[in-house]
Amino acid sequence: MSSRLNPQPLEWIDRSEQITFTLEGKSYKAFKGDCVTSALLASGRQLLGRSFKYHRPRGVLSLANHDVNALFQSESHPNLRGDVTQVTEGLTLRPCNVQGSLDHDRDSWIGHLSRFMPVGFYYKAFHKPRRLFPVWEKLIRRKAGLGEVNTQWTVERQPKSYVYADLLVIGGGASGMQAALSAAQAGLDVVLVDENPHLGGSLDYQLVNETAAAGHRERLKSAVHQNPGIRVLCSTLACGWYTDHYLPLLTPTGIIKLRSRAVIHAGGVMEQPAVFRHNDLPGVMLASAAQRLISRYAIKPGKRAVVLTANDEGYRAALDLQTAGVELVAVIDMGALSSRGEWARKLVDLGVPVWQQSCVYEACGATRLEQVVLAPWHQGECDLSRTETLACDLLLMSTGWSSAAQLVYQAGGKLSYQPGLEQLLPSHLPDGIFVCGRLNGAYTLEQRLADARAAAEEAVAWLAGTPISRDLAACRDDQPHSHPWPIVEHPKGKNFIDFDEDLQLRDLIHAMQEGFDNIELLKRFSTVGMGPSQGKHANMNAIRVLARYQGVSIDAAGSTTARPFFHPVPVAALAGRRFRPQRLTALHQQHQQSGAQFMEAGVWLRPEYYGPAEQRRSSIQAEVQAVREALGIIDVSTLGKIEVMGPDAARLLDCAYTMKMSTLAVGMTRYALMVDDSGVIVDDGIVGRICDDRFYVTATTSHADATFKQLSKLIQCAGLNVRLVNRTGSLAAINLAGPHSRRVLQSLTDIDLDDAVFPYLGMREGQLCGYPVRLIRVGFVGELGYEIHLPHSAAVTVWQALMQAGSSVGIRPFGVEAQRILRLEKGHLIVGQDTDGLTNPYEAGMAWAVPLKSKVWFTGKPSLALLQSRCQRRLVGLRLAPGTPQDQVKECHLIMAAEAMVGRVTSVAFSPSLGVVIALAMLDLPLADTAEQVEIQVDDGQRIQAQLTSLPFYDPDGARQRVNLEEVA
Amino acid sequence: MKLLDCPVIGARPISEFDYMGEVRVPPFEADEAAWSDYVFNRNGAPGVLREWWYHRPSGRWYVLMRDTLTDRVVGHVDLAEVRYELPS
Repeated sequence: MSSRLNPQPLEWIDRSEQITFTLEGKSYKAFKGDCVTSALLASGRQLLGRSFKYHRPRGVLSLANHDVNALFQSESHPNLRGDVTQVTEGLTLRPCNVQGSLDHDRDSWIGHLSRFMPVGFYYKAFHKPRRLFPVWEKLIRRKAGLGEVNTQWTVERQPKSYVYADLLVIGGGASGMQAALSAAQAGLDVVLVDENPHLGGSLDYQLVNETAAAGHRERLKSAVHQNPGIRVLCSTLACGWYTDHYLPLLTPTGIIKLRSRAVIHAGGVMEQPAVFRHNDLPGVMLASAAQRLISRYAIKPGKRAVVLTANDEGYRAALDLQTAGVELVAVIDMGALSSRGEWARKLVDLGVPVWQQSCVYEACGATRLEQVVLAPWHQGECDLSRTETLACDLLLMSTGWSSAAQLVYQAGGKLSYQPGLEQLLPSHLPDGIFVCGRLNGAYTLEQRLADARAAAEEAVAWLAGTPISRDLAACRDDQPHSHPWPIVEHPKGKNFIDFDEDLQLRDLIHAMQEGFDNIELLKRFSTVGMGPSQGKHANMNAIRVLARYQGVSIDAAGSTTARPFFHPVPVAALAGRRFRPQRLTALHQQHQQSGAQFMEAGVWLRPEYYGPAEQRRSSIQAEVQAVREALGIIDVSTLGKIEVMGPDAARLLDCAYTMKMSTLAVGMTRYALMVDDSGVIVDDGIVGRICDDRFYVTATTSHADATFKQLSKLIQCAGLNVRLVNRTGSLAAINLAGPHSRRVLQSLTDIDLDDAVFPYLGMREGQLCGYPVRLIRVGFVGELGYEIHLPHSAAVTVWQALMQAGSSVGIRPFGVEAQRILRLEKGHLIVGQDTDGLTNPYEAGMAWAVPLKSKVWFTGKPSLALLQSRCQRRLVGLRLAPGTPQDQVKECHLIMAAEAMVGRVTSVAFSPSLGVVIALAMLDLPLADTAEQVEIQVDDGQRIQAQLTSLPFYDPDGARQRVNLEEVA
Repeated sequence: MKLLDCPVIGARPISEFDYMGEVRVPPFEADEAAWSDYVFNRNGAPGVLREWWYHRPSGRWYVLMRDTLTDRVVGHVDLAEVRYELPS
């Protein structure tokens, strides 16, 4: 039977479009614009979900974007909230956390055991014996779970967007709209957000039948929409506040990151439930929920209603029920009728019985409300000698409100209890944060509009740099709208404080008796406010309980800060788009055409090796062999490249690097080692001297920017006359290495490569294929080789020319992996791989690079002077027995002596040149000096013998990189 | 994302800056204890610190005075004021 009303003036549904969806295989009809909850209610279904712990039947509670007992599972999404998820054609739903069906949940027996499951039961019962915990965990997760994640998910990424504004106004009700208008009229650029699909707020449900509100509604809505200074974002939730007014706004299509200069909070209030036995039965709901059902979705929430109230709003809701054709059985007022206003008088005139100074003692019914038991109520106690029973199918609760001030708390604002309003209200606000409306205790429409204007004026003045101080309480109501103790004890319990986590009044009392007598402790032990609604309708009552039973004030009981995000946010919205810059060298396409397999090196993509993935090992070996026996070519454009110019250039480099650069001859290069203040190696490269006051410096790929920064800081600290140019991106670099390198390169350049005029470690400038280049004779891979530094635009031409010229000798491009093996054979370390955040040059075997005596100063010198005699470990070479499988020993495997860890492998590879597996390892002293053999513990726990050996492994005298090998051979 | 309100170039996203610590002069002639103190210890007491900030997009260095209690920049220092002579 349908409970759909005739068209309502402001309804959100579009009756011209009908939608069909299914729940538990049963088909339901709805209109476009219906939410799942309204559509189910329209068809007469009231039981919408089962509770988290006891599997109790639940229906509508708040219908305010936090009804977390009506959760549904679609094929793609878990935990859809019925009160905000719009139905779509063909939507297939099933309930969450149900064994069987909603109506016949096989787990509903758990509720009968509740007396044996006191608060903290899980912590106490399931941790011993430890071996059984996985069994319990599995069981609990199944019984007390929420939705199931679809593991066959498809990637859904919602790109983030960015918005800037002078002022963000949160909440599109009367006060929010008025505040936005006043601020925009003063010239501010305003963004107005509201979580609902339409502006209006409580004007459109609580005051929908108020003729006095109609004029304001029309005026505000049209003025807001017409004002070009206001950007309106509906269905948008400001779900967190971060420093400097940076707020994530959750929209249906993703997150907007908004930067504003100030924020006005006008998010209103969240209605709070009364606490009495069976206050969770379907049919018991907040008064505002019923008003939303009627005005937004044209749903008649019941046939025979009782209204429990402690404020005027309850009478307004009763009048609205009457207008919607619901029979009013009675109004139960927890206070006195004499303190109520015009709405109460109207209701009394209609002849509806009002029980004053009374409360609901319990609600009765099996799976839905059938009757309520009321009792006289004095000073927080029920008089059970005079109870009355009223038959009804709807019970509205209108006993209090709590400010939606989560973001005010996050920004560092303070709220304190106002006894006049029986509510926590803002008392201290940080810079740039303003509040107005019901959130600030302004309840009548006139108060709200005046408060909004005042808040806007305050924000405008603050942004203009001429802050004014205003009395936050100026526009607040003088009547309480919340009951200070809407909580009724019952010996049989089931009077729920927290509907998310099924916490009853006695659970909180027990927790306090166990000593969890502070709100932060109480929250963590009992989990109150930790469910999906984040305490939106539990925290206020929990604080009242704590304060009363501890005999302290509400302020002394304290409140918790809802951390960002205070509202559920889908992971897809958080994930956003993958946005990570990636740098490609000038030769990237060239590598692709040569079949390169790429790897990430910092932000760069570099060829790891060339050839199909299944031939990885043989490709790398062939590349190594080409360099050793013929000619190899590698793109080293990712090296940091810095020009250092000026009268103090040599002095700067002397300070920045361990070795002396001021003595470097023009046209020569020197190894450059950089340590920090503590003597730890941070970078290495080479420094070349172009002329007296000009140097060319290279740095490792990953440390290039940091080295540039370090040099530039030294210039500032010491006031040096030096200019730096970072040419890492503008220059490409190619290393041509192998016995044939000189002959092949000579055919393309005007620079004389003869060993007599261009020695090892020399640097020359000239032309190559018509481009200006700088050649450096280097030896990183241990063969005769030239590093060619050239303009980015020349890279492809030169690379192709070299490939062409080298084809007769079998030139081969080689990747990072082959280069690692080649340098390992030479015993050259890689900073950051063979060294870590504690390695100093002595431990790395580079005492030769630390001229303590001849240099007065360099960064880190005092530390190295102290460390010289205090080394604890040293980098050593290891050689594995021939025949050891190539991948058995890996980097970071431990070196063990009996049961003690004495070192670790830093680099390891099969050396094609030597025919065995070789490694570098950091080994504790004195073992590194005395041991001949060590044991490496590999993945399966087996220990592999390794022989200590002197470095380098290959060509120890460096003959190959110095002499003309073609002549020797 | 936070903003850094630089007195010279105005408020910029803090992700454009690298923080390089408090302005300190290495004790060039220090004994082991004094040198170790310089290398390993930092002053964590709240107050106004003079700090190095590097603005990456422009490649410029600033020495800003920041109140570490309120996290507000309260001024900037001319780089000439924090210079020291390197030993030679």
